[in-house]
Amino acid sequence: MDLTHSPADEAFRAEARAWLDVHVPAGPLPSLETEEGFAAHRAWEAELAADRWSVVSWPAAYGGRDSGLLRWLVFEEEYYAAGAPGRVGQNGINLLAPTLFDHGTEEQRARILPPMASGEVVWAQAWSEPEAGSDLASLRSRAVRTDGGWLLSGQKTWSSRAAFADRAFGLFRSEPDTPKPHQGLTYLMFGLRAPGVTVRPIGRLDGKPAFAELFLDEVFVPDEDVIGEPGQGWRVAMSTAGNERGLTLRSPGRFLASADRLAALWREHGRDPFTRDRVADAVIGARAYQLFTYAAASRFLDGEPVGPESSLNKVFWSEYDIALHETALDLLGGDGELAGGQMAGGRAPDGESADGPSAGADGGGWAEGYVFSLAGPIYAGTNEIQRDIIAERLLGLPKGRR
Amino acid sequence: MRFLLDAEQTAFARSLDALLTAADTPSVVRSWSAGDPTAGRALWSRVADAGVFALAVPEAYEGFGPRPVELAVAFVELGRHVVPGPLVETVAAASLLTDPGPAKRFLPGLAAGETVATVALPGSGPYMLDGDVADVELTVTGGSGGTGASGATVSGAGEPSTGELRLTVVPGSGSSEAPGGRVRRSLDPARRLCLPRPGGELLAAGPHLASGADAALVWARLATAAQALGVGLALLDKTVTYVKQRSQFGVPIGSFQAVRHRLADAKIGLEFARPLLFGAALTMDPADVAAAKVTACEAAYATARTALQLHGAIGYTAEYDLSLWLTKARALRGAWGTPQQCRELVLAADVVSGGARRCS
Repeated sequence: MDLTHSPADEAFRAEARAWLDVHVPAGPLPSLETEEGFAAHRAWEAELAADRWSVVSWPAAYGGRDSGLLRWLVFEEEYYAAGAPGRVGQNGINLLAPTLFDHGTEEQRARILPPMASGEVVWAQAWSEPEAGSDLASLRSRAVRTDGGWLLSGQKTWSSRAAFADRAFGLFRSEPDTPKPHQGLTYLMFGLRAPGVTVRPIGRLDGKPAFAELFLDEVFVPDEDVIGEPGQGWRVAMSTAGNERGLTLRSPGRFLASADRLAALWREHGRDPFTRDRVADAVIGARAYQLFTYAAASRFLDGEPVGPESSLNKVFWSEYDIALHETALDLLGGDGELAGGQMAGGRAPDGESADGPSAGADGGGWAEGYVFSLAGPIYAGTNEIQRDIIAERLLGLPKGRR
Repeated sequence: MRFLLDAEQTAFARSLDALLTAADTPSVVRSWSAGDPTAGRALWSRVADAGVFALAVPEAYEGFGPRPVELAVAFVELGRHVVPGPLVETVAAASLLTDPGPAKRFLPGLAAGETVATVALPGSGPYMLDGDVADVELTVTGGSGGTGASGATVSGAGEPSTGELRLTVVPGSGSSEAPGGRVRRSLDPARRLCLPRPGGELLAAGPHLASGADAALVWARLATAAQALGVGLALLDKTVTYVKQRSQFGVPIGSFQAVRHRLADAKIGLEFARPLLFGAALTMDPADVAAAKVTACEAAYATARTALQLHGAIGYTAEYDLSLWLTKARALRGAWGTPQQCRELVLAADVVSGGARRCS
């Protein structure tokens, strides 16, 4: 049992830190959920990619450094400690790319991954439908066979990033009369500007168009954009869901940096005695999450699958994230209500990104981070579903009615 | 970087678990609580034979240690089986006895389980655990000129002051005193809190005893955190078993979402306390140990509340064994540092998670 990184991993850390010191923008970028901000974040992805920092764990052939899981964790620690911008490419990098590595063809990987890594093509996820959220297998959008491909029809919703993204991925019902709902589904990728696609942005709580609904009317997708075998989409998608909840959706570096910011804020506010215990819990929680992840990574590197333990992870970080931001807002008092960049003397934050605030410890960005954190227990499988998974698969409790 | 127990450490945990399962610890606890330490002392010897106390004793004095990771492994099992006695205190005593004379005199006995020690440190409250059963009482008195990094000691006007380590050998060791006098009952019937005997033999004196007390407190907190985690894990196991068997409305209560979700939350709390415990055992940084202590104790206590609620009235009775774990979880929460003291210590450093981020 040890927590010491190898000299080579520490050298990697030093290299990442040196690069970030030079390249991280001096001021925060405009909100990722605006057209201007989206473009700025795309440019940041390109800058990362130019020196192969956008996807360090990927093979070099697709723009990565083949760094392995531990170095990815190290990179993320440095990335967030440096206050670097939120990642516009996260949906593609964290959700679609692992699926392509597992189930895609060599042609698909070569065609799709490099522009994903550089931010040239930004991906949105298109899982949920108006009547299929936690019960994803009840989805009804169709894929109908046509010459050389498929025609997609139906409606997707809560599609993160779709307001400004280029392409999307999701499941479609390709065989309407299967005995079980998770059979006969096909995993497809489609263009958000293709004929037949209508994107209607949806404002989240604070009005920013962080997600959208998609109306699909006979949208043509060529065969080359099917991932895995037609009809086997559920199996393909579940490997993505495991990744999403497991090791890669939220790296500990993000929470360590947030906890440091919170502790700095607390010290600026005279070591406020009323929030002291909650600030300490935020610091402890970040460390717990880091160490839990190191243990999970160690098991993974020993050859164990990620498994249902990822549900522990998902509930922990999503509730931790809210508690941390609530503490910051309470500490800020009346200023806690201000949306980003308005506080006297505060640096305008990059607060709306998928990774929450990344501005320095100047009191900015907390409200946006808070609004973002509120979605955590809902997406990627609600926390109620995760607790059911923990109860059944980790504790061995009998199945119950949901 | 491989942050997992190795095969030897896992095997050690399994062998202790087997030993303690065979020992019928609930009946040992009950006789210990009733004032008869005979079975408890016999179990103490077997725990010592398994090498547990030797992990806190340097090799020079017939120990295997100090080995905090293995000690944490052992104390998880001691907590899981709710073993009674001043276990934590004996570990703390080992780290107080650093001067060659006292070390040579007492450490081999501690490692071998022949000597049961209890300890009072500055700032850790007025009582010493199970002073009526222990063979030796160790008391550190005097202020600290040290950093106070563990929160054990209070600096007095920047003046380095001299600590004193005093020893009282309990007359007729093993003879249990009746409650009353200097002996107080804990809400956990297996713990008796005693006011230290006055006076005693001066074993050592000097400023180094202040830092010795700090180190002892860190060890005590680590062992308490591990013990609490074990208590919580046992409470969760017992409750999971119970809700699968207990039926209401024609189905096992474990199929109700309200029940399942409480247990899932208990599981999450315990599983995130575990890496903090072993991380702290690796660094032995006072703030890391404090973080592990508060988190493990809070997780165990929350699990105790859940266990009681899901057992219903049967869980509220003294005759049902669950009570042995329930009261232990509450007692450990306050022992060797309250949640507040531990959280204060976490925030005392100027850079809180900066050290954590640079993990090595």
